[in-house]
Amino acid sequence: MLKKEVKAIFEKSRKWGWVLEPDAQKILSLYGFKTPKFGVAATEGEAVAAARKIGYPVVAKIVSPAVVHKSDVKGVVVGIKDDETLVRTLARLSKIDGFAGMLIAEMVKGLELIVGAKNDFQFGPMILLGMGGVGVEIYKDVSLRMAPLKTRDADHMIQELAARKLLTGYRGSEPVNLNALKKTIVAFSHLMMDMRDVVESVDLNPVMCTAKSCIVADARIMLKK
Amino acid sequence: MNLKPLFEPKTMAVIGVSASNDRHPANVIYDKNNHRYPVKVYAVNPRGGSLHNETVYPRVAEIPAKIDLAVIATRAELVPDVMADCIAAGVKSATVISGGFSEGGRGDLQDRIVDMAREAGLPFIGPNCLGVYVPFRVDTFFLPIERMIKPEAGGVTFVSQSGGILVDHMIKFAQQGVGMAKAVSIGNKAFIREKELLAYLAHDPATKVIAYYIEGFGEGEGREFVQAADVCSKPVVIMKSGKTAAGNRAVSSHTASLAGDYASFAAAVAQHNIIEAVSENEMVSFCEVLSSYTRPIEGRIGIITGSGGHGAMAVDACSMAGLAVPEFSDQTKTDIKNQLTESVRAIASLGNPADLTGSAVDDDFVACARVLAASPEIDCVVVLLLPYIPGVSLDIGVRLSSVCRQSGKPFIAYVPHVEKYNMLIEGFELNGIPASSSIEGAVLMAKALARRQSC
Repeated sequence: MLKKEVKAIFEKSRKWGWVLEPDAQKILSLYGFKTPKFGVAATEGEAVAAARKIGYPVVAKIVSPAVVHKSDVKGVVVGIKDDETLVRTLARLSKIDGFAGMLIAEMVKGLELIVGAKNDFQFGPMILLGMGGVGVEIYKDVSLRMAPLKTRDADHMIQELAARKLLTGYRGSEPVNLNALKKTIVAFSHLMMDMRDVVESVDLNPVMCTAKSCIVADARIMLKK
Repeated sequence: MNLKPLFEPKTMAVIGVSASNDRHPANVIYDKNNHRYPVKVYAVNPRGGSLHNETVYPRVAEIPAKIDLAVIATRAELVPDVMADCIAAGVKSATVISGGFSEGGRGDLQDRIVDMAREAGLPFIGPNCLGVYVPFRVDTFFLPIERMIKPEAGGVTFVSQSGGILVDHMIKFAQQGVGMAKAVSIGNKAFIREKELLAYLAHDPATKVIAYYIEGFGEGEGREFVQAADVCSKPVVIMKSGKTAAGNRAVSSHTASLAGDYASFAAAVAQHNIIEAVSENEMVSFCEVLSSYTRPIEGRIGIITGSGGHGAMAVDACSMAGLAVPEFSDQTKTDIKNQLTESVRAIASLGNPADLTGSAVDDDFVACARVLAASPEIDCVVVLLLPYIPGVSLDIGVRLSSVCRQSGKPFIAYVPHVEKYNMLIEGFELNGIPASSSIEGAVLMAKALARRQSC
């Protein structure tokens, strides 16, 4: 059963066919996923206040029902260190089609993974794990399983990645917290089962994984037509 | 739903026979079953009359017996009426051979017969299919008897969305000596689908391996199928078409089936302990080996060969298939060496592969096989058997299979398949060791055993 707040978000998002990022982040944090601290601002004053509350450096992202792929319209700016850059960024992003606000979020670092879901016609919710970031469709280093998943399945998915060595510590880099990653994958597979009637596909990309935790730094939830 | 009358009918009505055209599918089906199988066959055509001096009944209801299986081969528009007759007459199962339903834009006709069958609880196969072939029982394929190639009776049941692919595999199985329990062509699979057949075949004593050719599943149907296959105690092998975007287009116009994304298919199938055959070659090899051996292996292969080249090819094929070919321990090498004939002992190289050379005789193969059968270092033995080696006799298959049976460890043989060597090949196959006609095929068989336990 979906939480009431989540149902309300889906209801409101139906007209766009997808869930805006601040709402998607809200759904994920409601279900216990780690997400970055964030605020949404439309004015300079709001933006500066939000950024100071979170603490520089921050990342700024366009919020617009017309923009599903933010990077494609240069709608993501990372590493903003001061008020001046933030205000300049707001001025530019506010000119993008459908501008509904600017999301200001804490900068998180880590190994970039993608955790995704697709509601397959034949098999229902399928869960994807792969090396994330913008190169995901180039390298196609991914593993797929049918939801819901058990910890063992998540383990197999990690083992299937060509880049698995990057997760377990490669050339002196710290290994990522595999338990946290497995928990994230398994919990996400259950969430996807709950949302299967309304959701077509989900990209949690990137999920930032470190030795400590896995944080969902961006989320895109596409709804069924 | 009881599918037994479909596969083991005692009485059968063939509906739609022609008075004038002996090549009509219904006539072919009537002729090939009548007096040839242990089933009483009745011809049906609304005009009545007689066919080859036997009565043609105007309606199913007029046949003086309860019908286990009705084979419906009339024009599509007439099928709903025929089905209503069958239901009224208490027919227990049906196969609808006729085409012209969803694949030809008449989804409405198909929906009508499905609704009728569901309400009446009448299981039917098709439409747009060949139906069922069960050795020594029944054959509803409308292929003239002189054109059919029938494999021996055996453990594989093959279920196919495509009749052509099914018949082709019967030929391949016959060539390769793979025995079949049943062949089922499900066509548009409007009512009885892969899942219902899985439920029946899981408890069918004749079926040891359940093989499918699948173009696509309906909405959510794939999920139900893989979950059911996961808990099935028999090995399930799947071959899929429509893997590429171009293939997808071909499929949707073929049996009006929606093939989904292949990556999801492959992942869901592998996750649920179903063995995917990616080629016809794999399909035949997997079916052959899985009908011989049910226990999975980890995949540590011991290779016995009479030629170094064959050994090297097999090692490469194993490594491609993800199988290990571990070097034998010194103890194992010594054990083998001590039992070889004197002339071979001096020249054999026993690392793994154990290359017994072209001077080897039957006794050398058997001695080496005995040691490997007992060794915990490997869990499957692949024997590359070259019948042209002078010291190899026709008895080699029988002798090796006795070693295999005593140990319980799977043996797989490679023997070139030409008529001259048939008796040697049968020495293996009739005694339970699958024999492939290629090195690659033998290794694929080992791969199937290793895949079986994947999850």
